[in-house]
Amino acid sequence: MNDVAPCAPRTAQTYKSAYKPIWCPGCGDYSVLSSVTKALAMLDLPPEDVVVVSGIGCSSRIPAYTNCYGFHGVHGRSLAAATGLKVARPDLTVLVAGGDGDGYSIGGNHFLHACRRNVDLTYIVMDNHVYGMTKGQPSPTTEPDWDSKLSPGGTKLRVFHPLVVALASGANFIARAFSGDPNGTADILAQAIRHPGFSFVEILSPCVTFRPEQREWKTQVRPAPVEPTTDASRAARRLMTDDGFNIGVLYAGDRPVCPLAPAEPRSRVEDLEAEFAL
Amino acid sequence: MDMPVGTEERAAASAPSRRASPVASSSLSIAIAGSGGSGVMTAGMLLLEAAAKAGLYGLMVRTSGPQIRGGEAAALVRLAHRPVAALGDAFDLLVAVDWQNVHRFADEIPLCENSVIVGDAGEGDTPDVFRASGARVVPLPLKKIAKSIPGSWINMVALGLAGALSGLSAAVLEAALRQSWKRDDAGLAANLEALRAGIAAASQVDAFPTLGAAKPARGTRWLLSGNEAAGYGALCGGVRFVAAYPITPATELLEWMAPALAKVGGTLVQAEDELASVNMIIGASYGGVPSLTATAGPGLALMTEGIGLAVASETPIVVVDVMRGGPSTGIPAKSEQSDLSFAVSGLHGDAPHLVVAPTSIGDCLATTQWAVHLAEALQAPALVLSDQFMGQSRAIVDEPAQSTWVARRLTATANVPDYKRYRDTESGISPMAIPGTPGVVYTADGLEHTEGGIPSSQARDHARQLDKRLRKLVLHDYGEMWADREGSGERAIITFGSAASPVREALRRLRERGTHVRLIALRLLAPLSQERFDEALAGVSQVLVAEQNHGAQLYRYLRAMIDLPGKPRSFHRPGPLPLRPGELADAILAWSTR
Ligand SMILES: Cc1ncc(C[n+]2csc(CCOP(=O)(O)OP(=O)(O)O)c2C)c(N)n1
Ligand code: SF4
Repeated sequence: MNDVAPCAPRTAQTYKSAYKPIWCPGCGDYSVLSSVTKALAMLDLPPEDVVVVSGIGCSSRIPAYTNCYGFHGVHGRSLAAATGLKVARPDLTVLVAGGDGDGYSIGGNHFLHACRRNVDLTYIVMDNHVYGMTKGQPSPTTEPDWDSKLSPGGTKLRVFHPLVVALASGANFIARAFSGDPNGTADILAQAIRHPGFSFVEILSPCVTFRPEQREWKTQVRPAPVEPTTDASRAARRLMTDDGFNIGVLYAGDRPVCPLAPAEPRSRVEDLEAEFAL
Repeated sequence: MDMPVGTEERAAASAPSRRASPVASSSLSIAIAGSGGSGVMTAGMLLLEAAAKAGLYGLMVRTSGPQIRGGEAAALVRLAHRPVAALGDAFDLLVAVDWQNVHRFADEIPLCENSVIVGDAGEGDTPDVFRASGARVVPLPLKKIAKSIPGSWINMVALGLAGALSGLSAAVLEAALRQSWKRDDAGLAANLEALRAGIAAASQVDAFPTLGAAKPARGTRWLLSGNEAAGYGALCGGVRFVAAYPITPATELLEWMAPALAKVGGTLVQAEDELASVNMIIGASYGGVPSLTATAGPGLALMTEGIGLAVASETPIVVVDVMRGGPSTGIPAKSEQSDLSFAVSGLHGDAPHLVVAPTSIGDCLATTQWAVHLAEALQAPALVLSDQFMGQSRAIVDEPAQSTWVARRLTATANVPDYKRYRDTESGISPMAIPGTPGVVYTADGLEHTEGGIPSSQARDHARQLDKRLRKLVLHDYGEMWADREGSGERAIITFGSAASPVREALRRLRERGTHVRLIALRLLAPLSQERFDEALAGVSQVLVAEQNHGAQLYRYLRAMIDLPGKPRSFHRPGPLPLRPGELADAILAWSTR
C-alpha cells in the first residue's frame, strides 16, 4: 500500500500498489496495469471507491497491483462477483479484469449474461490468445493451427470473436486496445469507465513467454479506420469483417442500463409479519 | 391418525373390523386428492386456515404427480390441539374429488381399517390399493352436488365435507373462504353454497372421530411455510442481497424474498446459473451487504468452488439448501436428508465452514436468522440444511419469539495504521475493510495469502491462515442454539432437520407409556464439539441416530467426529416418503428394549 497524503493531487502513481508483479519481464500486462492507473488518474477517482475484481490467470493478478480495493476470486467467475458487488453497491466504480481463458472459456456463460444484463461495469480482457498461467494451452482466441502439447498440431477450431459476441449479447460499449500503446489504452479505458452500462475493452496483451511471436503485434495493429458508432447494426457489419487488429472504440451504445439497485426501504422488516399472523 | 405404539405394520395388514362409535382423537389426518386443476390444494389451504381460525394447530403437505401442470395432486392435512410438525401414521379421511391417477399416492396416503374414503361413485371405483387397507368406503355424489349449484367448484364441496368431519363450524369454514376470495360476488355466493352442501353431506358419514372443540388460542399464531420462514428469518438477520437460480424446492423461498427484499431496500438478482449466484453473493458481501442464496442439491454441487472461495477470502455468505431426493437430479419435489455429508465435507482443501439445520417448519425462521448472524460474525460461509418437507409445507405455529440474531460484522475503520485484512488475531476474527473506506484498501484473495492478503505459498503463511480460519469457528460460543434438547433418560436419540419433528412426536408417545428417551436435535452440524456432546450425553449409556437418508450420513459423521457412549445405533431410511412418528416409535422401542 502507498501512503499518499490525502490532499496530494492524484496521479497514476496514486493507484499503484507497492507490490511487485509476478509477471515475466516483457509481459504485456505491465502496460495494461499502467494504463489502468493512468485512466483512474484521468478520472480522478478516490482509490477507495474503486474495486478491481478478477478471476484466475496471470492477468487476473492485477487487483493487488493497484492501490484500489481488489477481489481476486476463482477462475472464470469475476463477472459474477462484480455483478453482485455493483448491484449491491452502485456507489462504487467496479472494474473487472482477466484473461481470454478466464473470460471466454470457463467464464463464457457469465460473459454472455453480463453483456445482456448491462450492469454498469468495465470489463478488461487481457487477450494473449493463450493460457499463460498454466503454461501454454490454447484458449478460445488461439489460432486453429497453433501447436501445443495439449493440442498437438493445433485445435483446428474456429477462433472465438468476443467483440461480435459482446455486441450480439447486449454490451453497451465495445473497444479494442493494444498494450503496446499505454496512453491510447488509458484513453479508451477512461471512456469505457465513463460510459454507462457494460463496457467491454479487449486489450491485446502479448504473452512473451508462450507466444513470443506476439511481439510482432506492434506491427500488425492499426487504428480502426472508422468513427465510434452508436448504431448496433453498423457496428455489427464492422465487426464481422474485423481481423482482430483494429484498435479503437468500435461501438458506444445507449442501451438501457440494468435497473437493479437497492431502493429506498418502503417498510420495516417487522411489518412483513402481518402476512403470516393469523 | 396415530397408531398405538408397536402396531404400525399390523394395522395396515389386518382385516376390517366393526365400526367403533365416534372417538375424540388427538389429531386428525385428512387427504384431499384429485386430478390437477380440481382445486384440492386450495381446499387443503382453506381447511388449514379455517382450523387456525378455530384455534387448532396443523400442517399441510402438498404432493403432486410428475406432470408440470394438471397432474394428480393431494393436500395432506393434519389438525390437532397441540402443535404438530410431522404427518401422522395413517389418514383418517381420504376425500377424492376424482380418481384419476390418485392411486399413485397410495404410499403417501396410508389408510387403515379405521379410515374413511369418500369418493364419487360416478367417477369410477375406489382403487384397489386404497380398498386393500380395509378402510370404509362412503360414496357421495360430490360432482353432482357441485353441478347442481351453477358457478360452484367441486373442491368447495370437498372442503365443506372435510371441514365438517373435522368438527370445524360452518362459520370458520365460510370465513376462510370469504377471506381468500378474490373474484366476483356471484362466484363467492355459489361456492359458499357448495361449501354448505359439503357440510350437509358430512352427515352421511357416520361414526367419524372428531377432534372436539379447541381451547381458545393463547397468543398470536402464524401460518407459514418453511421456505417463507427461512426467507423472513434471512431478512430479520439483515440479508439485503440475494442472487439465485431457480430450483425445486427452493424456488418459493426466492419468490417470497423478491418482493419482500424490494420493500425493505434490498435486491435480488436471478443469476444465469449457480456458479454465478454464489459468486454474486460473495461479491455483494465483500461490498459489505449481508447476502444469501438458496438452492437444492444440484445447485449446491455447482456452488462448492465458490463456497471454498468464501472460506479462503473470509467473506460471509449464507447458502440455504432445501434438500430433495438425490443424487443427481434425483427426486426433485420430495424430501430427503441426503446432502448432509456433502454439506459438511464437500469442499476441497481444509475448509472450515458452518452448517446449521432448522429443527421444524417454524424453526426455519430462527435458524436462518442465526445462520446470517454466524456467517457475519465469523466471516465464513454458513450452509442452512432445510428440506422439501419443511420448505414446502405450511404449518400453524405459535408466534415465534423475537430473536436478537442480527448481522454484525467486525469492520475496519478508516486509515488505521498497519491494517492487515487477514491479521492472525486471538479470536481468529480480523476486521474487514469495506470498499469505500479510505486508507485500508486490500485485495481479498482465494489464493493462500499473508496476513496482508498477498498471495503466498509459504508453509508458515498457510499454517497460520488455516489455523486462523478454523480457530474462529471453534472458539465461538454457540450457546444453547447448537441443539434442541428435551427429556431425560439413559438413552438418547440424536437427529437433525425435519426428522426431528416425527422423532419428537414418537418420544412423546413413548413417554406417555413410561419409556423415557432423551432427544438431541442438532441445529449446529458443523463445527461439532466433543464438550457439548459430553455435557448433553452425561448419564447416557446408549445412543440412536435417526435420519432420512440411505447412507446413515449423520450416524457416520458423528461416529467419525465424536466419542459417543455405548454402541451407537442408526435408524435411517431414504425419502421420498416422510418419516412417520409410528415407525420411529416402533424403532426406538425395539432399540430401547434390546
Ligand atoms: C476451476 C479451475 N480450473 C482450472 C484452473 C487452472 N487455470 C488457472 S489459470 C488458467 C488459464 C488462464 O488463462 P487466461 O485466462 O487466458 O489468463 P492468462 O494466464 O493467459 O493471463 C487455468 C486453466 C483453475 N485455477 N481453476
Ligand atoms: S506467462 Fe505470459 S501472460 Fe503470464 S506473465 Fe508470463 S508473459 Fe505474461
